[in-house]
Amino acid sequence: MSELLALPWHEARAEVSPREYLDACLDAIAARDGAIRAFLHVNRDAAGDGLPIAVKDNIVTTDMPTTCASRILSGFRSPFDATVISRLRAQNAAIVGKTNLDEFAMGSSTEHSAFGVTRNPWNLDCVAGGSSGGSAAAVAARMVPAALGSETGGSVRQPAALCGVVGVKPTYGRVSRYGLVAFASGLDQIGVVTKTVRESADVLGMIAGHDPMDSTSSTHPVDDYASELEEGVRGLRFGVVREAIEQLTGEVRENFDAALAVLRGAGAAVEEVSVPSISYAIAVYYIVANAEASANLSRFDGIRYGHRSSSARTLEDVYADSRAEGFGAEVKRRIMLGTFALSSGYYDAYYGRAQRVRARLRHDFSEAFRKFDFLLTPTTPEPAFPVGAKTGDPLSMYLSDIFTAPANLVGIPAIAVPSGFARNGLPLSLQIMAPHFAEKAMFRAAAAYERETQFWREKR
Amino acid sequence: MWNAVIGLEVHARLQTRTKIFCGCAVSFGAPPNTQVCPTCLGYPGALPVLNREAVELAIRMAIATGCTIHHRSIFARKNYFYPDLPKGYQISQFDEPLATGGSVNGIRIRRIHMEEDAGKLIHHGDASHVDLNRAGTPLIEIVSEPDIRSAAEADAYLTRLRQTLMYAGVCDGNMEEGSLRCDANVSVHREGEPLGTRTEVKNVNSFRFLRAAIDFEIARQIQVLEAGGTIVQETRLFDPNSGETRVMRSKEEAHDYRYFPDPDLLPLEIEEEWIDDVRTALPELPAARVARYQNEHGLSATDAEILVTSREIAEYFDAAAAASGNARAAANWVRNDVLRIQNERGACRLSAEGLAQLIRLIDAGTIGSKAAKEIFDEIATTGEDPRAVVERKGLAQVSDPAVIREAAAKVIERNTTQVEQYRAGKTQIFGFLVGQLMKETRGKANAEMANAILKEMLGG
Repeated sequence: MSELLALPWHEARAEVSPREYLDACLDAIAARDGAIRAFLHVNRDAAGDGLPIAVKDNIVTTDMPTTCASRILSGFRSPFDATVISRLRAQNAAIVGKTNLDEFAMGSSTEHSAFGVTRNPWNLDCVAGGSSGGSAAAVAARMVPAALGSETGGSVRQPAALCGVVGVKPTYGRVSRYGLVAFASGLDQIGVVTKTVRESADVLGMIAGHDPMDSTSSTHPVDDYASELEEGVRGLRFGVVREAIEQLTGEVRENFDAALAVLRGAGAAVEEVSVPSISYAIAVYYIVANAEASANLSRFDGIRYGHRSSSARTLEDVYADSRAEGFGAEVKRRIMLGTFALSSGYYDAYYGRAQRVRARLRHDFSEAFRKFDFLLTPTTPEPAFPVGAKTGDPLSMYLSDIFTAPANLVGIPAIAVPSGFARNGLPLSLQIMAPHFAEKAMFRAAAAYERETQFWREKR
Repeated sequence: MWNAVIGLEVHARLQTRTKIFCGCAVSFGAPPNTQVCPTCLGYPGALPVLNREAVELAIRMAIATGCTIHHRSIFARKNYFYPDLPKGYQISQFDEPLATGGSVNGIRIRRIHMEEDAGKLIHHGDASHVDLNRAGTPLIEIVSEPDIRSAAEADAYLTRLRQTLMYAGVCDGNMEEGSLRCDANVSVHREGEPLGTRTEVKNVNSFRFLRAAIDFEIARQIQVLEAGGTIVQETRLFDPNSGETRVMRSKEEAHDYRYFPDPDLLPLEIEEEWIDDVRTALPELPAARVARYQNEHGLSATDAEILVTSREIAEYFDAAAAASGNARAAANWVRNDVLRIQNERGACRLSAEGLAQLIRLIDAGTIGSKAAKEIFDEIATTGEDPRAVVERKGLAQVSDPAVIREAAAKVIERNTTQVEQYRAGKTQIFGFLVGQLMKETRGKANAEMANAILKEMLGG
């Protein structure tokens, strides 16, 4: 059955019945997830003649708990399905389980989960990345053909990169956020993790489109994402972000250069381009995201649902104790940072200024896209790191998002595609960013690179 | 000489069918927590979608108060914790409100903005219960400039504001049910000196409380200042039982609401065309009616004000005035009799057309004023056509000079003593003789004619 799960979904479903394929997934989870711990909940009764898919546990489902990997939502069950879940169900997808994440999607390693660390299938001593580490690991370990994750600053692409799979962050507004538990509403977007580019294109096509329940969802028509995957990149223009590659050293640099050579070899024009404000992206990201998070997480107050401290005696206690007991350290840190950034007297210096720099970043990207069809960086500055290596150093953890966060701040789509391996055998990844709503072209470019390299076929 | 400076902040509940950001019904008095959904309960993953009807009502009020409506306004999050606030923030407009710069009754309006209402806490013994039916009900807040100088002016302003809200169909104006709520900002200063420090008085939710609270607060502040004390900026609560205001929270205890634009909602864009459509559909407003009644009908300001008390009465008056061709008579009937009947009997069944008919009967000399009152009292309950009553009861007055002359002759013949006295110069006896004439005609003689004919026949 492992052979079956190694195939892309569109090939595998020609081989066996939907039930057999789904059973293979459930068997694989039973066999492998004990060591990897990608799943927080598995639905052994999952049904559906279509795609078996895992869903990050910050996307609400009526038939399984939704915990956001937080004690404050331990055992919480949503009274409604997220729009993406409804769409998947309407297309007969089988929702096989809910995957682990950094608590409320705050982290880059899935170590900040209240329910345990997800391990990297390529090396169980290393992190899977995050925050959609469970989704990336589930696909990388071939337990499911596809998983949904969520992105705020790279939370799909970064773990996809660290686990050697494809990760897609669509244009902001392309996929409904209704039912995605908000981290930073202006940056959040549901994304897709699969083995191959084709599978990602197919899954995005299943979930994309306007949703009247989400005011920020776009009415822009949904393209047929898989329709040009074979077209190649001849004549397409790729801009290499100078400010990003200047920071690269060693084998990540070599791997990236090799990826550029592959694209050139396939007929693409590859040149350097400057995006001056990109250096500020991480600073801007951590102010904007945490500010929005500080408000988004206020609803977890112990009043209507979720954890309420049993020791609370006054209203003040209900808030303070429930939240103190329910939230983990990283979440608390971010709530405090975000609260500070919005405080009277500091708003202009932090949140206000961050939004102005963000506008600058948008401008710089749109300038770059006047000359280039795509922009390139590595997805991450380094391969997967050992569990525990960065938990004591939040700033170094935050820098894991250095190449991914800009796309969230600008709202453009981006894809992480496996680009080979470091000498320690861990995966590396190429990031391709495209203009707003240019997902179809982005998939085409990624598919061309994938076809030339075939790294996805490597065994883990 | 002390001057008071007062500004009012009025919250008006918009008369929409559904809440401002979800599809729940707006209803007063439903069982607790029955008009709720994931959005207004602040469930994880739920999102707000702006109700267009609420925007339309807010635009109506902005037009009715002569405000400038901004083509782009922003919903912000106002962050604070309270059990009646499910998300931990209220969605409200802050630095970019819907409308600014109008006026009501000569008092300038600083701004009108839209926001959602909170739920309600119900205290039973030592337990507190939360009812979230009201959470998410649409409100507008109407903030005046500090142009008000006395409790009476505040009363007049709020009266006109309330009328305007009700005329425009924006708010039902029910202060008992909390559809209209008012806070007052009050300061005092000596003539010629700079403005004093203001206090905000909450919970002045009736006209009586508003006057009492302002009068108390002015007197309190003057007393403090005359005793050499200082006024501190604080929020005070009006206690209707004692008629006093007391400290609710000091400036130091004031919340830092950490406002920032709500990333779940797009900027509210209002096109000129929409504003024009709303403007065209607005009824004639009370201020315009008062002016028209004075200019067109020559009514006094007091009478005009009484007639515009409600849109229903004003429209009744307009119809009666137009149909009768005698606006002054219609005004007198409405202000004296129709309103009296409404007060006494709860409703006046007489249609405006019926009242006009009655007025025409008087003006044509068919009935006298005494008979008219009698008829009115009856048809105010039955709604009958006044002509039918005149017919049935034989109340038509006698205006035939021959008939009156004949009766006058009889009176002169029978009362020789009085006639002689009259002719001798004791003219006050005339009233007695007229009385006898009316008696002779069983009260039906046209009083004016009776007077003239009798006088003529008495030879003087």
